[in-house]
Amino acid sequence: MKFQPVIPETKRRSGTALRLAIIGGAGLVLFGILFFRLWSLQVVTGDEYLAEANDNRTREIRVRAPRGRILDREGNVLVDNRTSMALQLDPIEIPDEIPARRKIFNSIAEVMDRDLDWVRRKYRDEIKDNPPGSPVTLANDVEDDLVYYLQEHQADYPQIQINRVFVRRYPQGITAAHLLGSVGEVTADDLEATELADLQAGDTLGKAGIEQTYDIDLRGSAGTTRIQVNSTGQVKGQLASETPEPGNSLRLTLDPGVQAAGEAAVSSIGLPGGFVAMDVNSGEVLGLGSTPSFDPDLFTRPLSQSQVDALYNEDQGAPLFNRAIGGSYPVGSIFKPITALAALDGGQIAPTDTIEDNGKIVIADQDFQNAGAEPHGTVDLRRSLEVSSDIYYYLLGADMNGTNQLQKWSGDFGIGRPTGIDVPGESTGFLPSPKSVNELSEENRFVEPWVIGQNIQLAIGQGYMQASPLQMAVAYAALGNGGSVLKPHMVLQEEDAAGRILKETDPEVVRQIPIDPAYRDVIMAGLHDAAQEPEGTSYGVFGGFPIPVAGKTGTAERPPNGDQAWYAVLAPYPDPEIVVVTTIEEGGFGADTAAPVALQILSEYFDKQAKPVTDGTGSVE
Amino acid sequence: MESSRIPRGAGRTFHERVALVDRLGIRHMDGWIAFSALGLLACSLVTLHQASRGAIPGVPDYYMQRQALYGLVGIVAMFLISRVDYSRFRELRVGIYTFLCTSIFAVFAFGVAARGSTNSLELPFFTFQPAELGKVLLILSLAGFLIDGARRGSERQRTIRILALGFAPTGLVLLQDLGTSLVFGAITIAIMVASGVRWTHLAATGAALAVFIATVLVVMPMAGAPVLKDYQQERLTSFLAPSSDIGDAGYQQNQAKVAAGSGGTTGRGDQATQSRLGFVPERHTDFIFAVVAERYGFVGAALVLSLFALLFWRALRLMTLSKNLYGTLVAAGIAAAIMFQVFVNVGMNLGIMPITGIPLPLMSYGGSAVIATFLMVGVLQSIHIESRAGQRGLRIH
Repeated sequence: MKFQPVIPETKRRSGTALRLAIIGGAGLVLFGILFFRLWSLQVVTGDEYLAEANDNRTREIRVRAPRGRILDREGNVLVDNRTSMALQLDPIEIPDEIPARRKIFNSIAEVMDRDLDWVRRKYRDEIKDNPPGSPVTLANDVEDDLVYYLQEHQADYPQIQINRVFVRRYPQGITAAHLLGSVGEVTADDLEATELADLQAGDTLGKAGIEQTYDIDLRGSAGTTRIQVNSTGQVKGQLASETPEPGNSLRLTLDPGVQAAGEAAVSSIGLPGGFVAMDVNSGEVLGLGSTPSFDPDLFTRPLSQSQVDALYNEDQGAPLFNRAIGGSYPVGSIFKPITALAALDGGQIAPTDTIEDNGKIVIADQDFQNAGAEPHGTVDLRRSLEVSSDIYYYLLGADMNGTNQLQKWSGDFGIGRPTGIDVPGESTGFLPSPKSVNELSEENRFVEPWVIGQNIQLAIGQGYMQASPLQMAVAYAALGNGGSVLKPHMVLQEEDAAGRILKETDPEVVRQIPIDPAYRDVIMAGLHDAAQEPEGTSYGVFGGFPIPVAGKTGTAERPPNGDQAWYAVLAPYPDPEIVVVTTIEEGGFGADTAAPVALQILSEYFDKQAKPVTDGTGSVE
Repeated sequence: MESSRIPRGAGRTFHERVALVDRLGIRHMDGWIAFSALGLLACSLVTLHQASRGAIPGVPDYYMQRQALYGLVGIVAMFLISRVDYSRFRELRVGIYTFLCTSIFAVFAFGVAARGSTNSLELPFFTFQPAELGKVLLILSLAGFLIDGARRGSERQRTIRILALGFAPTGLVLLQDLGTSLVFGAITIAIMVASGVRWTHLAATGAALAVFIATVLVVMPMAGAPVLKDYQQERLTSFLAPSSDIGDAGYQQNQAKVAAGSGGTTGRGDQATQSRLGFVPERHTDFIFAVVAERYGFVGAALVLSLFALLFWRALRLMTLSKNLYGTLVAAGIAAAIMFQVFVNVGMNLGIMPITGIPLPLMSYGGSAVIATFLMVGVLQSIHIESRAGQRGLRIH
C-alpha cells in the first residue's frame, strides 16, 4: 500500500512548518528553563548548597575527657573512672502536650520496667536544674539486655539515647568519702558562671570536696571528633579529631593507715564525731574523717528524693555533714593552753605562780566550779594542765577580762577564722569578745550581752565559743611547732596522666605567733603529764603508750545536747611531728571516748600499741 | 548471501567494508542522533560506575554492567529497527495498539511491584515494564490511526477519535504509574499538534485536562474519594512546599537539589558527599541527574543537557525531512516524548518539578527504558534513512 497525501502537499508543508515551530519553540523554552535553572542553582548559589551539603554529612561530637584520679599519699587509688551505659532522654523529643507526653512516658516506663509515675517524677526532677536542651539521665548502669533491645528498636524510641558516660569509681569504698566529694552534671546556674566558660551541657563538674576545689585540675579538657555520617546517620568515617586531654591526678596527703584507723576508731564509738590528724610542721592532713559516713558511689547514680533526704537527715546523723571541718562546738579544756599562753604573755601569771583550787569559786557574784567540784589543791601552770583545774583558768579569764588579751591570742591561734583548708565546707566557729557577743546579741535575743562571766567561760573553752576539730588541730600544731599557724592542705602534689609531678603544695605559714620557748616547754610538759603521768586526766588511755605524747582532754557542755568529748594530742613529746584532734558528740568525758580514738590513730602512725595501765590516780575528764 | 563469503576480521578489502557499512545503513544514518544517543549512554555508564559502585554487595559494578548490557541490546535493536521501513508500522497499527493495551492489562493481572508502583512483568531473565515500550508503540500506532482516519468523519469526530485512542492507554497507565501516564498524555498531545488538529479543539482538550487534573488533585481528595495513591499525592504536593516535609519526599527532593547545587561550576568529583553518602535518593535511577550535577558540576550537567538538546533538534529536523506525513508525526511524537521526560526529570532533580517517577532517557538505570529509547532512536534513524533513500532514488533494503 502506497501512502497517498491526504492534504495537498503545499498546505501540508506550510502547516508542518508551523507545527514544527510550535513544538520546536516549546522545546527551546523548556530547555532554556532547564539551562537557566541549572546555571542559577550551581553557578550562582552553588556555594550555599556546598555549605549545606558539608553541613549535612558532618556531626561534631564532644569527646569528654576522663577525669583525673585521686590517690592517697602512697599512691593507692581512692577515685578513678569507669564507664557506664546511661539511659538518657532528649528533651527536644518530649512534647509539651500532656496526652502525647503521657504516651511517650508510658512506652519508656514499659521498656524500663518502671511505672509511669516514676518516669514522670524522675524526668521532672532531673530536668529541673539541667541547662536547656541537655539530655536528661533517667538511669545509669543500664543492663546489657536493655541496651541491646533499645539499640535494635531505636526507631521505636526516638527519645531514648543510650550513651557511654564516665562515672566515678571508689575502689576503697567509703574511705575518705567526706573529703573526696562528688561530681555531678553541670546545672544551668553553673553554665552562667564565667569561670566555667568551657563547660557544656551534659559535662560533669566537681560538686563537693576535693572534686570541687580541684575541679579545674581534675577535669581535663574535652576533645571533639568530627565524623562523617550518611543519610541514615550511620557513621561513615572520621574527618578530624582533637583528642581529649585527661584530667590531672591528685596525690593527697592522706596516710592510708592513719585514715583507716581514724575512720574505724571514730565509727566504733557509735556516736557522731570527727577526727583530724595533721603534720605539725607542714600542715599536711594525714587523716580526716567524720561519722556517720556515706557511700560516695551513691552519687554516681541519679538519686531519689528520699535518698537525698536521708543524707541530710539530722535524726540519722546527717551523714553528708563533715564534722571534722564543718562541725562547730565548744571545745572545753583543750582550749586551756591558749588561755595559759595569753595570760603568760599578758603578765597575768608566771609559770611558777600557784593558786589554791578548792573546787569552787565565786567571781562577780557567780558560782564557778571544777568538773564534779573536785578540789585539786595547790596548782601551778604545769599541774593545772595535768589535772585540768578549771579554777586556775577561771581566775585567768577573770583577770584578762577587759584586756582583749585572751581574744587576741585565741584569734592568732585561729579561733573564729577559717583555716583555709582546700576542702569546701569548713566552719569559722565563733570567738566571743565584747564586740562580737554584743553584736550577736542584737540579732539574737537568746544571746546575752557581754559580761565578765563570758571571758571566764572562754578561758576553759566554754560559753559561746565554738571551733571545729580542724581549727583545734591547727592551733595545737602551732603550739607544737613553736608558733607557726599553718594552712592545712589535703593535696600533696598534682600529677599528669603519666605520673609526672606537675605541682607540689608547699607548706604555707599563715601567721607566726611569738611564743616564748620557755612558756611553750612548760605547757608541753603539763600536757605530757596530763597524758602520761598517773595523775593526768588521760593517763588511763595514754599511760601505757610507749611514745611520749602531750595530750589534753576536753569535756564541753553543749546544752541542750550531752557533753561533747574532745582530745587533742601532739606526739612525740617534746618535739612533735603529728597532731591529732578528735571529738565525739555527746561522748561524755574526753578521756572516755575521744582519747581512745586518738590513741588508735597514733598507734597506727607509730606502729606501737599501748599497754593497759591501772595505776592512774587522777580524775578522769 | 554475499555476507557468508566475507571472512570475519581484518581480511576485508576497503570495498567489502564499504559494502558492509552500506548494507547496515550506517552511511545513511543521522550521525548526530547516533552521537547524542551513544554519548548519553556513555555518560550514564560513567556516572553509574562512579556513583553506585558497591551498591550491591559482591558485584562492584552491578548497575554499570547491567546498564551496559541493556545498552548493547538497545543498540542492536536500534540497528535492526533502522533497517525496517518505519512506514510498515502504519500498516501494523492495529496490531501494535492491541499489543500495547494487552501488555498494559497484563500488568494488572501478573504485575510485580517496584518502588511503590505495580508496573512491571517478571520475565525469566528480565523485569519488563510494558509502559516503557508502550511509549514507542503508542507513537507508532497513534500516528497511524491519525493518518488512516484523516479522510473519515468530521474534524471534530477525528479529534475525538484520536483523543479516545490516545487517552485510553494513558488512563490505564495512570492506574499503574503516574509518570509514564503523563508521558503518554504528552505524546498524544504532541502528535495531535503535529497532525494539524484545530486550535479550538486543542484548546478544548487543554481545558478538559486542566479540569481533570484539578478534579483528581483537589476536588476528589476533598470529597473523600482520592484517585491518586497516597504516595503519589504526597510526591506531587511535597514539591509545592519542599521544606515542609523533611522526613520524606520533600526531604529527598531537597537533598537532590542540594546535591545538584553543591556541584558548582566544575563539580566535586570524589568529594561528592551528597550522592556518595546516600543523601540523594534513587541515585542510579530518577535522581541520576543530581549525581551528575554534583560530581561534574555545571560543566558536566550542561553537557548532558546539550546532548539531549541535540537529540531533540535532530528529531525535530526529521519532521521536515520525512518522506511522508506518518514519519513527520512519528518524529514529532518521539521528540516530544524525549523532551517531556527530560524536562520533568531534570526539573525534578533541580527542584522545579514534582516527583513523578519519570526516568531520564538513556541516563537512568533500567532495561525497559533504555531499550525502548533506543527503539525510538532506531525509528528516527529509519525515518532519516528512508528520507535519504527517497532523495537518491535508492532502496537500501
